[in-house]
Amino acid sequence: MTALIDMASWVLLAGGAVFSVIGGIGILRMPDFYTRMHAASITDTAGMALMLAGLMLQAGLTLVTAKLVFIMVFLIITSPTATHALARAALHDGVRPQLDHDRRRHTEIEP
Amino acid sequence: MFLAAIIGVAVTMLLILIRALLGPSAYDRILALNLFGTKTVLFVSVLGFLNGRPEFLDLGLVYALINFTGTIAVLKFMQYGDLGWDEASKDKPDV
Repeated sequence: MTALIDMASWVLLAGGAVFSVIGGIGILRMPDFYTRMHAASITDTAGMALMLAGLMLQAGLTLVTAKLVFIMVFLIITSPTATHALARAALHDGVRPQLDHDRRRHTEIEP
Repeated sequence: MFLAAIIGVAVTMLLILIRALLGPSAYDRILALNLFGTKTVLFVSVLGFLNGRPEFLDLGLVYALINFTGTIAVLKFMQYGDLGWDEASKDKPDV
């Protein structure tokens, strides 16, 4: 039984790490600020959730799991809020999303 | 097992740091900082499991709180120029 739990938590932890790295690569490669924010949210939600779930399996039903639940619930609530505030502040400050050239046909889209 | 997770998070932190250095606009840097904070929470939590010390999770929780508050404070400062004053001390020179 414990081998099963170990294997399941290993898969979850590895999945969380993979999603984090994918988000990290995405935040580097994306051309525009808003697309980078989209890539960044992958690590915030998927990477974090999978890793904390993997840790929860490891800890079983103890106080440690309760702390992990607090961390997960808090991050699930605050990450989108922070991203929303960031996008709103950037848009308010005049950071325009990159719409002005259409990569498919290389035509200029008048704003 | 935990080592794989820690290496994954460390690589992500490195990528985020590169974005923080490269980031053309200030908002890229704030995004990178916010992400770095979340990754630190994960890093500390997994490290706590690796060394068998459950107290590290309290560190992670507190760091998540501080990271969120810091991001919102920086954004508010960028948008409104200051972090807000009450009416009594708004026009006092020495505040």
